[in-house]
Amino acid sequence: MTTSTTETAADRGARPAGDNRRKILEATMKRFQYQGDALIEVLHKAQELYGFLSPELLSDVAQRLRLPPSRVYGVATFYHFFSLAPQGEHTCTVCLGTACYVRGAALLLRELEELSGVKAGHTSADGRFSLLTARCLGACGLAPAAVLDGEVIGHADRSDLAVRIQSLLGRER
Amino acid sequence: MDLHELEAIAERELAQRPRLRILHCSATGCQASGALELKRRLESLLAEMGRQTEIDVGAVGCLGLCGRGPIVRIEPSGETFEHVKPDDAAEIIAALDGHACHVARCDQNHPFFTRQLLIVRRHCGLINPDRIEDYIAVGGYRSLYHVIHEMTPTEVIQAITRSGLRGRGGAGYPTGLKWATVAKSPGERKFVICNADEGDPGAFMDRSILESDPHLVLEGMAIAAYAVGAEQGFIYVRGEYPLAIERLQKAIAQARRHGLLGTQIFESGFNFRVDIRVGAGAFVCGEETALIASIEGRRGQPRPRPPYPAESGLWGMPTLINNVETFANVTAIIENGPEWYSRIGTEKSKGTKIFALTGKIRNTGLIEVPMGITLREIVEEMGGGTPDGTPVKAVQTGGPSGGCIPASLFDTPVDYESLAAVGSIMGSGGMVVMDEHTNMVDVARFYMEFCKDESCGKCIPCRVGTVQLFNMLTKLRNRQAHPSDLSRIEELCELMRETSLCGLGQSAPNPVLSTLHYFRHEYEELIGAEGDHGS
Ligand SMILES: Cc1cc2nc3c(=O)[nH]c(=O)nc-3n(C[C@H](O)[C@H](O)[C@H](O)COP(=O)(O)O)c2cc1C
Ligand code: SF4
Ligand code: FES
Ligand code: FES
Repeated sequence: MTTSTTETAADRGARPAGDNRRKILEATMKRFQYQGDALIEVLHKAQELYGFLSPELLSDVAQRLRLPPSRVYGVATFYHFFSLAPQGEHTCTVCLGTACYVRGAALLLRELEELSGVKAGHTSADGRFSLLTARCLGACGLAPAAVLDGEVIGHADRSDLAVRIQSLLGRER
Repeated sequence: MDLHELEAIAERELAQRPRLRILHCSATGCQASGALELKRRLESLLAEMGRQTEIDVGAVGCLGLCGRGPIVRIEPSGETFEHVKPDDAAEIIAALDGHACHVARCDQNHPFFTRQLLIVRRHCGLINPDRIEDYIAVGGYRSLYHVIHEMTPTEVIQAITRSGLRGRGGAGYPTGLKWATVAKSPGERKFVICNADEGDPGAFMDRSILESDPHLVLEGMAIAAYAVGAEQGFIYVRGEYPLAIERLQKAIAQARRHGLLGTQIFESGFNFRVDIRVGAGAFVCGEETALIASIEGRRGQPRPRPPYPAESGLWGMPTLINNVETFANVTAIIENGPEWYSRIGTEKSKGTKIFALTGKIRNTGLIEVPMGITLREIVEEMGGGTPDGTPVKAVQTGGPSGGCIPASLFDTPVDYESLAAVGSIMGSGGMVVMDEHTNMVDVARFYMEFCKDESCGKCIPCRVGTVQLFNMLTKLRNRQAHPSDLSRIEELCELMRETSLCGLGQSAPNPVLSTLHYFRHEYEELIGAEGDHGS
């Protein structure tokens, strides 16, 4: 979903995290004429911009779309995609869909939990790494599959993933 | 835009196309196997050789053998290569020149390919999904033109009815009948919705269609809109499918620019716009009334039917909702006629069905087969059995709403009624193969955990029943179950089936019941063991 502004991800990164994000979100709401029906689209955009949906952000959206806060909170908590807490800088999502399950995804997940010290669905204490799960990424032909910072990895094996995760976490220290 | 312009685009496209082409799969599966790096290598190598205008490097959609990606096809010879690495770029170019090439070739004479019948996937792997010109060059948007200018809406509906097409989203409802209901339902506005939520874990047919041939779905939706009298359409896509979303956005923009979507399509009075709605990760949103609630910006909770969406759907208006693959069948029916279509398949299940063949199987990927083919032909001949030769134990069809069919019943033909008769369902097309090492109680427990997590919580039988069943199956697996627990499981399954509000709860017991039916000994062994130890 593109907004009418021309700002790119690169611009955003170069700027101190500031009010531009608010402007983009406002533009999205405006594009949908502040209709309550657009709530899910708006929350998608908000999460894309801010990384997660804080209580302030939710009540802000409720106000702009003239919806009761309970409705906004209800929607934000219903859908798995929306996160009410910040996620780690890096995320690894292990697929637990059927095709991956049959090919040993549960074991893979357990090993990654041990390796990273992070439980599935959680973020490390230093906020650097989140270990998540999904129900089918649509890459079942490559089961078991995982997504590491947006990149789909097929035939994911433990040692390969471990090396990649460690190098991601190590590089920016 | 008129027919002449369409033909002109097609001619220009074919005329400027180099004779020598290297087409690489750019769908999710192959991207994850390194297709993009391969493409860069091919392009830079051709640039070094000064042959970049002579040889075209093109991205195409999924070729079906996703487990062996990246897949590359060269033209004009049509040879197809598998597991192509970036370092193989030079060899591929050599093959194009007719020289020796050591990259592994896909065996096109293998039943995996020869047993397929491509209708929905006929353009997959041949056209670039990002270019509307490619789609027009293979005859795209001609059916829409034909329908708008030469058929009445009623004639279109009759054609779909006569073809025998049934919904590919799982339940197999006759598509023509659904269109007719929407067409005759009164309403000041009507909507067409494409269900691309594809929640069944282990299924990726719809994803692949959208990533490989998005215009085919858009054209099918536009024809449906013309038939039922709708001017606005929505495609509800899973949030987990970023590439499909990106390609759809691009396709919609291109179609609009060419006057193939929007207002006064083909200079007629027919208007149709399509918007995308991105799902937010809730399996139940594949259920039609929950999906509609989600488009309206609410929690995706189903509501009782009737009224069906065909009468009262989005914002209370008559709404046609069909699956991706259902819409993708429409242009072929218009192009070749309903009689042609109805000759394919079985008496009650017409046409083809795409399956995602995964799990413990040698040839993983997507296959499009005529209805009526047997499970044995699919699993043993096309799939090539298990990778290590372990005997196949069962296939699971229909995902969390379906069941496990044991190998002894592999002569069952694949059609809606036969699969239901053996305790499973056709479902959306996931087919997960399990071998002797797969424990069936574990499988049942896996699906119940899924349903427990995905239950929307609106009605008690499903909200509480899935948790209870999951706990009982866990107890069983930990060898802590009492002999009477099996009948309690069955009783609870029956109750959920009868009293849940929507299909999720009604069908959640299926994986348990079918494994209990065919693999009861695996359940009993877990109970027997406890008795032996007396603990
Ligand atoms: C829990 C549940 C999940 C469903 N998920 C999907 C889905 O992912 N895709 C789909 O097309 N239909 C799904 N359906 C079926 C839809 O409700 C609906 O019947 C279908 O989209 C109609 O299209 P068709 O007639 O073309 O099959 C689901 C149904 C239930 C009960
Ligand atoms: S059966 Fe389950 S998913 Fe369906 S309405 Fe009831 S609680 Fe929700
Ligand atoms: S089941 Fe893991 S990608 Fe589909
Ligand atoms: S994703 Fe490349 S062949 Fe299917």
